[in-house]
Amino acid sequence: MLDKKTGQAPAPSQGSNTRGMKGLSDRMVGWIFIAPTIFLLLAINIFPLIWTIRLSLTNYRANRTNAEVKWLGLRNYERILTDPDIWNAMQATAHFVFWTLTLQVLIGFTLAYLINKKFKGNDLWTTIIVLPMMLSPAVVGNFWTFLYQPQIGLFNYFIGFLTGADPSSFSMIGDVALAPWSIVIVDTWMWTPFVMLICLAGLRSIPDSIYEAAECDRASKWRQFWTITIPMALPFLMLAVLFRGIENFKMFDLVVQLTGGGPGSITELTSINLKREAFEKWRTGYASAYAVILFVTVFGLASIYVKALNKVKER
Amino acid sequence: MSFSVTQPSTRQKWFAGVLVTGYALLTILPLLWIIATGFKSPSDAIAYPPKVVFEPTVEGYVNLFTTRTRMSPDALAELGPPQTWYDKIVRQYDMVISGPSRYGERFLNSVIIGFGSTFLSIFLGTLAAYGFSRFRVPLKDDLMFFILSTRMMPPIAVAIPIFLMFRQLGLSDTHLGMILLYTAVNLSLSVWLLKGFIDEIPVEYEEAALIDGYTRFQAFYKVVLPQAATGIASTAIFCLIFSWNEYAFAVLLTSGTAQTAPPFIPTIIGVGKDWPAVAAGATLFLVPVMVFTVLLRKHLLRGITFGAVRK
Repeated sequence: MLDKKTGQAPAPSQGSNTRGMKGLSDRMVGWIFIAPTIFLLLAINIFPLIWTIRLSLTNYRANRTNAEVKWLGLRNYERILTDPDIWNAMQATAHFVFWTLTLQVLIGFTLAYLINKKFKGNDLWTTIIVLPMMLSPAVVGNFWTFLYQPQIGLFNYFIGFLTGADPSSFSMIGDVALAPWSIVIVDTWMWTPFVMLICLAGLRSIPDSIYEAAECDRASKWRQFWTITIPMALPFLMLAVLFRGIENFKMFDLVVQLTGGGPGSITELTSINLKREAFEKWRTGYASAYAVILFVTVFGLASIYVKALNKVKER
Repeated sequence: MSFSVTQPSTRQKWFAGVLVTGYALLTILPLLWIIATGFKSPSDAIAYPPKVVFEPTVEGYVNLFTTRTRMSPDALAELGPPQTWYDKIVRQYDMVISGPSRYGERFLNSVIIGFGSTFLSIFLGTLAAYGFSRFRVPLKDDLMFFILSTRMMPPIAVAIPIFLMFRQLGLSDTHLGMILLYTAVNLSLSVWLLKGFIDEIPVEYEEAALIDGYTRFQAFYKVVLPQAATGIASTAIFCLIFSWNEYAFAVLLTSGTAQTAPPFIPTIIGVGKDWPAVAAGATLFLVPVMVFTVLLRKHLLRGITFGAVRK
């Protein structure tokens, strides 16, 4: 499992001399294999990143290429950090990330725990549960707007059926109070299987002998759950949270198609907000600074988290 | 006594089975609803209460692939009887087919860009993964982490300079531009996954081949590649699914010639609120991925975690 940091490569064939290599050293050959990938990533990832940083210090506008470009220094950054719109977007994102993670961890872990009981047909049901997460979020988001229609939507009908409310009396994506939950629901529907799969791998990695030993010591099932199951599955659970956290912080496609950031700007997550600044208002310089801030935030949070994850693993 | 403390009891199994089955049925319902809606007539699609039993029709699919114009009954009468089965369907609504819709083109774009970028990212990814797996590369861990970190950037953040760069190079709205871009995005996945697969192949095979007089490249080509075939195939499917599903870059960087299906499908709805056509478009687009998911189920966990969790 988790071999992220250890990078355990099997002993490189150092000893086997470079027969038939026409004078190329092993190290050179290694570089020949790797260079094209690094080159492409530099061209399409790092070069643009540096360009973004440069643009972020100017007032450049991509739709007015002839206008004079002024050097602004850190003024863009200053403006962004004091812009209430952007703090609203950050808050919407925080709400979205927090609730999707919470729900997905709870439901995903529960499902994994139940599937691990190895009842008949669990493979079939696991495969079915997994289906939504592989689908195109934009297309799925678009279709959920249909399920969320008041009156005719299947979701509203279902809720109406369960609670007795009139299906046309509420609109999940039109109501300011409900819209933030509408995106949480779809994301949870889509990505719970992701957490479930990883948790399942964690549960399956716990050797039976530990439970047998606990049973000999007359530990109750409840105690076994909290002192064996949870701690041993925790690194897996944390890994799932890392992946989902990064993905949901960047969330764009699903929510754009589902609510478009509305009503008003209630569900305008940072990525959607950024897209507006960059490709609708065309404030390229300003948006670049925004992009840099977002990237630094993701990267920083992820690094801190990975440190914590490694600590848990070492225990 | 064959009783085991770690075996769940029959009652527990039964309980777990019921709950999981219930969840699975609930979760599959929206997907079945998409497929069903594709075969409904527009009035059935928006019926209240939602119709579970309906008369299936392929109207949605006809509307998906065609553009139609409304005609007066007199003009229709002049045209004579409908020539084909799809003409017949459209005539019910006093319309005639005026041409093919853009869906076919967009779908084809998705196929071209998907396969093109998958091929490239597997080609480059296999080479790099082999390099990382078998050679002492300076700064190996840092380079691997750098490759992974390219996946952490929000697509919109990368899209600003890519947009400018593509405009400068004439790559905006071209297949080549999208293929290169998706290749770069997929490389992180393909290098990480393939390195894991290649790490699992014992080095001894190649060493034997080298002693037999193979060159490094021959050993890679004739010994490692066949051994890694399953891994390469499943990695390729993951790359293909990613390119197939991608929306953010597609919607910002393509508008016509190279536009893929995900940004196009939501526009089908148009003013007519033609839900069956949208559902038909979504069905054709989503079902291949569902099939691949079922085929991939053994490698799914590994793929979605970039190889961090293996079974």
